[in-house]
Amino acid sequence: MLEPGPPASKRYGGAERYESLFIVSSKFSCSMSGFRGGVHPSGLKLTGFKRIEVPPLPPRVVIPLRQHLGAPCDPLVEKGAQVKTGQKIGDSNAPVSAPVHASVSGTVAELSPRRLPTGDRVLSVVIESDGRDEWVRMPPLDPEKASKEELLQRVREAGIVGMGGAGFPTHVKLNPPKKVDTLLINGVECEPYITADHRLMLEEGEKVVEGAKIMARILGVTRVLIAIEDNKPDAIEHMQKLSEGWGEVVKLRTKYPQGDERHLLKAVLGREVPAGGLPLDVGAVVQNVATSKAVHDAVKLGIPLVERVVTVTGAVAEPKNLRVRVGTPFTYLLQQCGGAAGKVGKVVAGGPMMGFAVHEEVPVVKTTGCVLLMEEREVGEEEEGPCIRCGRCVDACPMGLMPTHLVRLVRKKDFEACLQYNLTSCDECGCCAYVCPSKIPIVHVIREGKKGIRRLKK
Amino acid sequence: MIPGTRLRVSPSPHLKDRVSVRLIMFTVVVALLPASACGVYLFGLHALWVILVSVASALISEFLGYRAMGKKFTMDGSAVITGLLLALCLPPTVPLWMPVVGSSFAILVGKCAFGGLGQNLFNPALVGRAFLSLSWPALMTTWVSPFEGVSTATPLGTWKAGGGDTSLSALFLGNVAGCIGETSALAILLGGILLIAFRYIDWKTPLSYIGTVGLLMFLLGEDPLFHMLAGGLFLGAFFMATDYVTTPLTGKGRVIFGLGAGLLVVVIRMYGGMPEGVTYSILIMNAFTPLIDRYTRPRVYGTVGKKWWVRKK
Repeated sequence: MLEPGPPASKRYGGAERYESLFIVSSKFSCSMSGFRGGVHPSGLKLTGFKRIEVPPLPPRVVIPLRQHLGAPCDPLVEKGAQVKTGQKIGDSNAPVSAPVHASVSGTVAELSPRRLPTGDRVLSVVIESDGRDEWVRMPPLDPEKASKEELLQRVREAGIVGMGGAGFPTHVKLNPPKKVDTLLINGVECEPYITADHRLMLEEGEKVVEGAKIMARILGVTRVLIAIEDNKPDAIEHMQKLSEGWGEVVKLRTKYPQGDERHLLKAVLGREVPAGGLPLDVGAVVQNVATSKAVHDAVKLGIPLVERVVTVTGAVAEPKNLRVRVGTPFTYLLQQCGGAAGKVGKVVAGGPMMGFAVHEEVPVVKTTGCVLLMEEREVGEEEEGPCIRCGRCVDACPMGLMPTHLVRLVRKKDFEACLQYNLTSCDECGCCAYVCPSKIPIVHVIREGKKGIRRLKK
Repeated sequence: MIPGTRLRVSPSPHLKDRVSVRLIMFTVVVALLPASACGVYLFGLHALWVILVSVASALISEFLGYRAMGKKFTMDGSAVITGLLLALCLPPTVPLWMPVVGSSFAILVGKCAFGGLGQNLFNPALVGRAFLSLSWPALMTTWVSPFEGVSTATPLGTWKAGGGDTSLSALFLGNVAGCIGETSALAILLGGILLIAFRYIDWKTPLSYIGTVGLLMFLLGEDPLFHMLAGGLFLGAFFMATDYVTTPLTGKGRVIFGLGAGLLVVVIRMYGGMPEGVTYSILIMNAFTPLIDRYTRPRVYGTVGKKWWVRKK
């Protein structure tokens, strides 16, 4: 295990030093970076050297019955019921869904719609903790002896979803209808600020590797690649040691949005997912490192997905990496980090490029990797100016779209033309809006365009 | 969530690059300063007055034009560039009413009539220059030698008349007759390199533009270096053919733009009636910009891409 490095001093000063250190080292390495466009926002990884801390349990948790892509769960408990940590409290019969579990032991205080970090309101189970944290575990499985079906069933029962942000149910992804030859473990973490996956690889790399082995067995693949950007040299070294003779660590030149599985596949394997297709169409499955660790926990320890690492960063007194239970309210996280520092103007669930701005209390869900507080002065919206056709958005778009053109078409409400110009290929990475000198909210306009196209299809 | 704080909610991304339109525009103005200073040094104080009057009338025209259009005037610096560029491609002897007329035409007709910043099809400064050239051809072709102010012809004018050579070093440094800001390739290059270093302009445009002129002139048996350095080619290639609004969006498109403009310069210089062809070469290519954009769309990820020579089903 690596010793925690020197503490990055608070805020930007520390972050810049941290970054420049690695820019020098990456200059002499042979990293791969093979996808179009992208941007290089400064890393701002304030918490890269901070060990994961485990705060005391929160007094109450809010567990939404949909924390994944797919059908929401039906509640399995009623108000007033006693639950234990790890007990399944919501499930669904739909093929694309994942059950949810109580993350503390205690009493169900409420069953009501609550706000998700994404802004949706979803029926949620509120649990008042009894402070005893009594667990129910599933029986551990031996990954060597258990059948693929048993392992898949376990991944499903544990409620594991893609923890990188998309939240696609992992058991569905691990059961592809086509033959795949590669499992790609995603430790890229390309968004600024976030260090949850970085610390997880350093401190629990063994579990990540074990999880990857289990997933490789389920998929029946022999090639496992672990992709890490070169701004995390310590994680690269550590994972190289752990995966020796079994998997391969791929070092990538840091560039946003490399963590998007489409661009990652292009960068690592040179394969391009056909428009409207999935990675399995090019024979690969991509899983995040945190997901991999969760698979290990579920199979070897019988623990469902009830906790995750969250980077609490930005304008907080002490930025930290925290391992918290799913359902922990954001304010509780802030308390653990000494509260806000300075005048906060925005709270973002997720990274600054693709995260969601929240305005009321929301809980940590399975896909929340980061809570970012931004100072008032950082979030002053600049007035939108006319497009000067500088072409920066065209150069930055990793999908090869022409964002400036799409904005014009959407605003003309010409959704037919939007379709012709592949608007639906946009995955809202935000590179275009990041580089736009006229401060046009391109991503927002493109979302409007997607709504317009949906209306068109009806 | 945080007591006493109103949190802002807006769509992602929550980080923005620091670059803004105003920053880009004023950097371009700074990049034009060496060429402007050089013009004033070579042709005297009158050149400075032409520059100042041109910039001021561009700003006033834009203010009035936006007012008439019911749009908000913002000091984004684009009008300053138009005024400055127009002044730099005027002869140093023009009476002061000419930059006033030229700038106003450039802004009001070349820019505001199309809908303002970002909407115009043609480079406004060149629209202004073309208007002046067509309306007062004599005044627009009255040249003087640097420092002495003696009537003379430009190097390209001499060449067109079948005259002798100008030394290349004089052309590079700017010690020749010509428009205020076009004579010194060195001063223009300084500003151009600054813009390329900041990635504010694409190096592909000036390279393909100047390169095409040099290559074709070489093939036609002319002195390529003379044609690359003489006249307004450098000013046009670094500051007008790189104008965002009126040139293609993609790198491929910019190369095509440069190739086309270079070809036009050679055609005009060799076979046309004028010794110089930069103004019209860029204006004509401006008209092709939408078409170039249409056929140089990047290939969209996960698609085979559309080829213009493949007919749609």
